[in-house]
Amino acid sequence: MTKRSVTHGTVTIERRFDASPKRVFAAFADPKAKARWFVSPWGPDQSGMDFCVGGKEFNYGGPPSGPVHRFDALYQDIIPDQRIVYTYDMHLDDVRISVSLTTIELIPDGAGTRLKFTEQGAFLDAFDNPAVREEGTKGLMDALEASLKPDQ
Amino acid sequence: MLNQSSSVDPLFHALADPTRRSMVERLSRAPASVSELAGPLSMSLSAVVQHLAILEASGLVRSEKIGRVRTCSIEPTALGLAEQWIAQRRADWERRFDRLDAYLASLPPESDTQE
Repeated sequence: MTKRSVTHGTVTIERRFDASPKRVFAAFADPKAKARWFVSPWGPDQSGMDFCVGGKEFNYGGPPSGPVHRFDALYQDIIPDQRIVYTYDMHLDDVRISVSLTTIELIPDGAGTRLKFTEQGAFLDAFDNPAVREEGTKGLMDALEASLKPDQ
Repeated sequence: MLNQSSSVDPLFHALADPTRRSMVERLSRAPASVSELAGPLSMSLSAVVQHLAILEASGLVRSEKIGRVRTCSIEPTALGLAEQWIAQRRADWERRFDRLDAYLASLPPESDTQE
């Protein structure tokens, strides 16, 4: 029997961009613009988005040998040029590993934009699984390594 | 409640360096002395000791002095699974924002018309 557990975690990131809130918002709202910068670690995946309150976004993919990562989101609140709120869950194959709430706030800052990203998640008992453990460690190392390389 | 600013950031900082990652990978196979850790790295022993101090402060690695030899090992409970995933998502988003920054910079200049 699966041992049940939940760990709550929050990630906050704050960044300034040299572009107006209107432009930064469009980079999230327009699927073509979003595809220019929001890329999966595993290359092209099955994905789609319907950017409106009540609309859904999904992205299914994963490493060739590994579990299928399924991201399913629901847009909860959208205020043009100011705020985007969505909830999502993440599955590895058929196991739901987390349920999260993401808030993106856009604040005018001179000619640019200050972006506040907050993700609050409940991480579920799948973490007992040794395969998930290995995948998580490897993914973290890969992500860290990639984040250190110049990205072109 | 896991507070990322107090528990994940030091881990992220500790691992965001190729030398320290190679030390962690080495220690994940077996414990090692400081000089064994320094062996494959082209740096002074004191630089290795400094990296070690950051790894110890993050809770990832512990060391114990037995006689004249300091032995280092991985602290297996430091990097909980949820913490790993949270740190990974953070790293993913940092990278996406780097790309967003580059994408925004590639756009033609914005017109000055105020709306």
